[in-house]
Amino acid sequence: MPRNSVQSLRRIIAAASSERFLWDRAAQVCVTRLAHGTALGGRLAELTGRSVAIATASQLTAALALIELDGVARRLTILPADTDHLPELMACAEVDAVVVDDGTPPSAAFDRLVRVACTPAVVPADPQSAAQTRTEWVLLTSGTSGVPKMAVHDLASLTAPVGAGQRRDGAVVWGTFYDIRRYGGLQIFLRAILGNASLVLSSAGEPIADHLTRLGRCGVTHLSGTPSAWRRALMSPRIEKIAPRYVRLSGEIADQAILDSLRATFPDASIGHAFASTEAGVAFAVDDGIAGFPIAFLEHDNDGVELRLIDGSLRIRSPRTASRYLGDQPALRAAGGFVDTGDMIEQRGNRFVFAGRRGGIINVGGLKIHPEEIEAVINRHPQVRMSLVRPKRSPVTGAIVVADVVLKPDGAGATPQVKHDILELCRQTLPRHKVPAAISIVPSIEVAPTGKLARRHG
Amino acid sequence: MSIKLTIVDQMKQIAREHGKTLAPLSDDLVLLDSGLDSLGFAVLVARLEDTLGVDPFTTAEDAMFPVTLGDFVKVYENAAQQRAVA
Repeated sequence: MPRNSVQSLRRIIAAASSERFLWDRAAQVCVTRLAHGTALGGRLAELTGRSVAIATASQLTAALALIELDGVARRLTILPADTDHLPELMACAEVDAVVVDDGTPPSAAFDRLVRVACTPAVVPADPQSAAQTRTEWVLLTSGTSGVPKMAVHDLASLTAPVGAGQRRDGAVVWGTFYDIRRYGGLQIFLRAILGNASLVLSSAGEPIADHLTRLGRCGVTHLSGTPSAWRRALMSPRIEKIAPRYVRLSGEIADQAILDSLRATFPDASIGHAFASTEAGVAFAVDDGIAGFPIAFLEHDNDGVELRLIDGSLRIRSPRTASRYLGDQPALRAAGGFVDTGDMIEQRGNRFVFAGRRGGIINVGGLKIHPEEIEAVINRHPQVRMSLVRPKRSPVTGAIVVADVVLKPDGAGATPQVKHDILELCRQTLPRHKVPAAISIVPSIEVAPTGKLARRHG
Repeated sequence: MSIKLTIVDQMKQIAREHGKTLAPLSDDLVLLDSGLDSLGFAVLVARLEDTLGVDPFTTAEDAMFPVTLGDFVKVYENAAQQRAVA
């Protein structure tokens, strides 16, 4: 879609010829009614021109708020339900209003802000005036420890990938295993809205069996998730409840095993794996069912997306990238406009394959982990001399973390008790996905000439 | 210890560590209903590689997605047999 033709989401809805729906576990909403209605209690005027944080507990109310506020608010900062560091994020985005729902936990960060409640009950309201703002959409990155970075998009950059290579064959019902408040899920939400399709949202805490049943009942035709989410779905007997025409993977490396399994399970479906990140946007989708991507992608620009391989990592320049980070951050785009994805790629024959993250960031089921954070905890144990946390390939979550530990010579040595104590320390200090699955006591750990631990990528 | 007992033992151990409650571990128990989540299974597969010396999921030519606990145990028993033959 050309950049200048992007309208606000509400106008796109109003122009639609047929009704479309959003479903979550608890509710069904006819989004078409938002063209002449409100889920914000008719309080849109209070939010006009403001920097608004979307802090609803449910994805459904977040979706409704986004449709109403695009083109109205100056800036929309989208907060997933479990967001930490709220005060820092609100300050950084100069938030002066917040949209909540009845599940939003109370937070001192929302004090003194204009607060508007969003409900799934859409009531009639006068159409908005024609005044339209080019709203900034701010998304949190998942790749950093500490306070997430805030990447600035607009509707043009977010919707630029939509439509490229998308088949239009009959009524489309989108579904996703993602949260639509993260980049990958937001893409699916926007695809549904722009494609005049309905969308089945995921719901936090819903068992996969129930989610698959719900997807089947709603007649999902296009379904998207991380390879880990798909592996989980394939382990459920309820996978037979769905028969999508289009299966999409992104957010992690799609290996050949998961692509083959999906092919075997859905023999008639188109299966695509996409490369995307919050900062770089969607770079490309691969639809030949083979892991990695053709080397030709680097030789020919496609849909305005240019790929480069520089110092081993994939760089992207396109109208789909975020424009900048909010706050005091390094430039998001390097000189020349390329975004460094931090994803290391290697050539194998006529394909490029992903070889892990620069700096050794480990991706456990879509959650990115800095090994240094875990090593710091392990190294606090009085008997530990040094430690190296590394990824171990996992058929379930893509990777998990394991730790090599060198003990001090004066202790009791490599007893089961020491391993147990180290793990216990990790469990008390770290979230579950950061606790090593196994600890190996080793005589030494390689240190590179730089004085840093020698980390192997991938 | 039999392969099945090793697997059941590890599942109980991981459930304890992750603060999860396990369903009664029968052969026809659907794994996703067992009480362990994806991360729990990822840890299980890694620990079993340490104790049993095989990771049938990562080494297999074709991906396998066992549905029940019985299927899961069988995958490990087959892998152990293949190794014994080889």
